[in-house]
Amino acid sequence: MTAVFERIKATLGPEMAGPGLAFVAVFVVFGFASPQFLSSATFGSVAFQLPELGLLTLAMLLPILTGGLNLAITFTANLAGLTLAWVLKANGGVDAGFGIFLVGSLLAVMVGAASGVVMGLVIAFTRAHPILVSLSMMIFLRGLGEFLTRGGDISGFPSFVGVIGHGSVAGIPVPLIVFIVCVLAWHLLLGRTKLGFNTYMIGSNLEATRYSGINTRKEIVLVYTLSGIMCAIAGIIMLARFNSVRVGHGESYLLITVLACFLGGVNPFGGFGRVIPVFVALVVLQLLSSGLNLIGANQHLATAVWGILLVGVMILRWVASKIKFSIVRRGS
Amino acid sequence: MGHGSMHQSASAARTDQPLLSLRNINMTFGGVKALKNVTFEVRPGEVHCLAGENGSGKSTLIKVITGVYRPAEGAIIEYDGDVYPHMSPVTAQERGIQVIWQDLALFPEMSVAENIAFHEVLGRPRLVDYSRMRQIAIEALSRLGITLDVDLPLKEYAIAQRQIVAIARALVGEAKVVFMDEPTASLTQSETDYLLEIVRGLSASGVAVVFVSHRLAEVLEISSRITVLRDGALVGVYPADGMTQSKITELMTGKTFDQHVRARAKDDQPVVLDVRGLGSPGQFEDVSLTVRRGETVGITGLLGAGRSELALALFGMLKPTSGTFSIDGREARFASNRDAIKAGVAYLSEDRLSLGLIQPQSIADNLVIASLHKILSGGLLSDDRKRSLVARWIADLGVKIGHQADAISTLSGGNQQRVAIAKWLATDPKLLILDSPTVGVDVGARAGIFDIVAKLAESGLAIILISDEVPEVYFNADRVLHMAQGRIVGIYDPHQTRLEEIEAAVYA
Repeated sequence: MTAVFERIKATLGPEMAGPGLAFVAVFVVFGFASPQFLSSATFGSVAFQLPELGLLTLAMLLPILTGGLNLAITFTANLAGLTLAWVLKANGGVDAGFGIFLVGSLLAVMVGAASGVVMGLVIAFTRAHPILVSLSMMIFLRGLGEFLTRGGDISGFPSFVGVIGHGSVAGIPVPLIVFIVCVLAWHLLLGRTKLGFNTYMIGSNLEATRYSGINTRKEIVLVYTLSGIMCAIAGIIMLARFNSVRVGHGESYLLITVLACFLGGVNPFGGFGRVIPVFVALVVLQLLSSGLNLIGANQHLATAVWGILLVGVMILRWVASKIKFSIVRRGS
Repeated sequence: MGHGSMHQSASAARTDQPLLSLRNINMTFGGVKALKNVTFEVRPGEVHCLAGENGSGKSTLIKVITGVYRPAEGAIIEYDGDVYPHMSPVTAQERGIQVIWQDLALFPEMSVAENIAFHEVLGRPRLVDYSRMRQIAIEALSRLGITLDVDLPLKEYAIAQRQIVAIARALVGEAKVVFMDEPTASLTQSETDYLLEIVRGLSASGVAVVFVSHRLAEVLEISSRITVLRDGALVGVYPADGMTQSKITELMTGKTFDQHVRARAKDDQPVVLDVRGLGSPGQFEDVSLTVRRGETVGITGLLGAGRSELALALFGMLKPTSGTFSIDGREARFASNRDAIKAGVAYLSEDRLSLGLIQPQSIADNLVIASLHKILSGGLLSDDRKRSLVARWIADLGVKIGHQADAISTLSGGNQQRVAIAKWLATDPKLLILDSPTVGVDVGARAGIFDIVAKLAESGLAIILISDEVPEVYFNADRVLHMAQGRIVGIYDPHQTRLEEIEAAVYA
């Protein structure tokens, strides 16, 4: 029995404790507070809202693991969305075919990748701080986007786009399927590929990684490129969800993605953190806001509660490390 | 040498009367006895060395003396005429017991004056008196015979000067005895000489100095008596006269080491590394050498002689501007260390903490990082392959670990170094460059590292062994090259030349 428990613990890792506990707590509290909480409606709303924030969080996760940050995620997503929107508009608007959509999506992904490549190159070669580099990219993309759209919305897409945003396959919302596929891809990338391995090593000590014969510049460029691609996927999903694109959509998610990473046990200085705990953390945040919604709390209050939850988790983690430390000391 | 200048007045009269005397010191941490019935004694104005391996109880003993730890019931601490059952940090400071920890505990951003005199103005509810602070600092420095610009931020000065600042700060507190924890660990030879001179001066002025150091040569040079601890127990107190390095090592480890010359001619073996006239401006010039299969070539010389730069050039991390070198007869043109690794060159960095290993990450990940291609299975990293690869090397090199997933930083210096060597052996090198492999490794564990080196050479690996401790290369290499100012200035066969001759040439 304990062996099974140890095995599970080893697979999930110590990062799982925080979000796992929060997950259980949210269920218990809202399960008692509101009879409707444990209903399919709650899960429906979570399932549709989760992917936007989730995909952007995945885009934020890789740079954080290398000890960096990508502040340009939301505007990269917007620009990718704009790319797709223009391709659709230029090829028939509401009458555009699915092939056009695929071509547009491919171009959107390339735009996202380009944003990442540029940031990655600058960070890897100039050793400028990722915060400054991605901040510059963020301002550039925002300015460019606002200039190109004159600050307005672009809408009028074919009807199947709405299906991608709101439809379900076998009862599972399409955006959620996309998100889960991306989570699994990231899980595989970080756990089983050389790039993933090197991402952690770079996050802990870039120079020592370079001395070990790893092309750290290439890996950093790849990390930011993948981050940009993930932004583009988020941008496409956002386009489908809102049936429109506007520069500034999802801007408020930016810092929440950072906090979701930390809630999921990612080390803010890089080197440590896993995908699955981050996924659970995202679910917790979404359940929390849905639950508060159900008991009739103000929507702005929900955001405030997120803040409290995050601070609470940080304090709990500190307490846990104190307890662990004293056990270790007594044991030695 | 000892300290011949014992012409101080007041303290000389009662030199044999101890200033500090500890008896019956026991200290237990959760079941583990860190100190077992230890006695320790310091005479006024003497330089006393506290020797022992990591974990022998040196630091614990210092912390008992300075009041950080409270020893078990029955302890007697006699200091300058008073008897205490235990010290408190405040009493220790007030009575003139000062410690300079290895990390110095200084403030790099603050001025020299602030660093030296901040205690004097601390905790008083009034404005900081800067002119008084400067005055105190200048006085303290002049007692050491040193002038520094006390207004400059400390970070402008090198480590050696920072040591001086730490000593000056101790003197402000009217020190009678100063404990120095590994003061020379990060100093060059000339800086060390400078520090030792200061210590002699302190001793001459009647301040006792207790010196904790791994470097046995300087221990013998500076101290009058040596207290040796092993596993938390006192081994004995010995006069420095008539002591040798190997005798101290034996006392510290409880083992005897046969320090004999291992050198063997390998002239019949094929050449692995052939360096011809290699140069990089300002770093090294016109370096030519060969290393044969199974041969260990030692390179010694002072810090800054160009040893590590030469190694980095061979490892593809520094581009030489003149000359060539070849590996197994193939000319090497490395664009990066990845090319070097592919060609069979491995480089164990002298800076294990920040370049050699990734301290927060696991033992397993550190071991496989340079040979990830070996644990691929169907294009993906395989945990099973990783585990078995790591297990094999851990067993091969006798590394003592708990779990493979533990952070490498949880291991001792010696075990970390074994993992670092394993990491490079896993890349199947033809040439292994070991840059100062015993830095931060206990005396007892060093022999183990060199046993591994000898076995590797026997198995046919070509090895370059770099060290600024001449005996290390003398006893463990087949040939010894002496580098100075970027050039190879001497080549010695350990069978033909005595150790002292080489030492004289290197440290001249």
